[in-house]
Amino acid sequence: MFKQKNYLALGAVVLVAIILLSLPSRATARLKLAAGSWFLPLFELAGAAQQLPADLADSVMTRRELLHQVDSLRRENQQLRSQAVQAVAIARENDQLRELFNWQRQSPWRLKLANVVMRDPANWWRTVQIDLGTRDGLRENLPVITDAGLVGRVSSVSLTRAQVILVGDPNCRVSAIVENASRDMGVLLAGGTLDTSLVELTYLASSANLKSGQSVITSGLGGIFPKGIPIGQVVDSRSVEYGLYTDARVKLNANLGSLEQVWVLFP
Amino acid sequence: MNLFRTTLILAFAFLAVFGEATLAAPRQLLGAQVDLLPALMVYAALNAGLPTIALLAVLGGVWFDTLSANPLGVSILPLVVIGWPIYWRRDLILHDLPFAQFVLGAVASALAPALTMLLLLSGGKDLLVGWGTLWQWLVMTFVGAVATPFIFSLMDACNRALGYQERVEPGFRLDREIQRSRKKL
Repeated sequence: MFKQKNYLALGAVVLVAIILLSLPSRATARLKLAAGSWFLPLFELAGAAQQLPADLADSVMTRRELLHQVDSLRRENQQLRSQAVQAVAIARENDQLRELFNWQRQSPWRLKLANVVMRDPANWWRTVQIDLGTRDGLRENLPVITDAGLVGRVSSVSLTRAQVILVGDPNCRVSAIVENASRDMGVLLAGGTLDTSLVELTYLASSANLKSGQSVITSGLGGIFPKGIPIGQVVDSRSVEYGLYTDARVKLNANLGSLEQVWVLFP
Repeated sequence: MNLFRTTLILAFAFLAVFGEATLAAPRQLLGAQVDLLPALMVYAALNAGLPTIALLAVLGGVWFDTLSANPLGVSILPLVVIGWPIYWRRDLILHDLPFAQFVLGAVASALAPALTMLLLLSGGKDLLVGWGTLWQWLVMTFVGAVATPFIFSLMDACNRALGYQERVEPGFRLDREIQRSRKKL
């Protein structure tokens, strides 16, 4: 027979769960932060272990390879410098035109590099954690990108870590524009459960002229993501709700399945 | 309560949660991240006491939710729902048989994500759910089932190697020795 103390223990555990679930979000965030700090030594250890093969590879690289890399980096640097000069000229021209039309000046975005330290262990969320936190100036809703395109947005921040909701998670909705003649606008919603590279672009106009391969970028609406960040390419489209609007599948530029380093955009 | 066994189970749970958060290989190979906590709960329910089961449910659930976007505490209840009935009926379960461990592991690994998702959906959360979820659920069930006998072997081996062993009393006792002799009493 099950003893009374067993029922008491069961009741205590259920009570703990209910108390934790009913805590206010700020208290929950603090508790998560406290519990998450237990894992910090393991994260440091894992980071060092990941760095070790790279360090070993660096130490056995031949001089010829290094010289070749330096040469190619120099060439790339020259190209980027010339592009930067052009960009500065264009920005200056843009500022002058904005002043001419009395438009508000756009402040440039700053970038901060972050390492992806872990992924969500649950299959029903699409989030990662990065090694930047409030001490690095991070706050909620900052856009996160890679050199390929949009990755997601910062959803919660602790002192040394931040959680990033990836594009394709139901809680990361992005207003997007298809780069075609009619500049069709839609909203990026959840992606497939197995394929992280495909997401759904919905609420496009029923007359949208979509073709496979057309680029999709952020529209700038919503106030979180700046305009013009590349998202991906249209794969296919279909009319839904008896022709009320059009849905399209978009293949993301950024490879969300193997993120290692990302950039956080600061306004 | 065997403190060493409890510590070992909790340490394994801690490492399992950390591994699930950092190892991308299962997700890349199978399309789903596996969860070893239900299998570990089966081991705890069959071999440890009630405090260990409660601790594993609370700490394992909190650790999992900490590294996940889950609301804190949501993973505790599914672990309890798995652990308690097994503990209740553990005298009737042939827990030394790998097949029994496999079946219990499969049931536990299938129940835990399903209950967690049910709790989240009833809480009004927007989850990433689709036909692929079925595949992920099958993968979690199968891998959890296969992992359970290995967890049993591993934990028992660790217990034997590192823990205190119960002193086995020999059957021989001097006071019960039968004295045989030809002398007439």
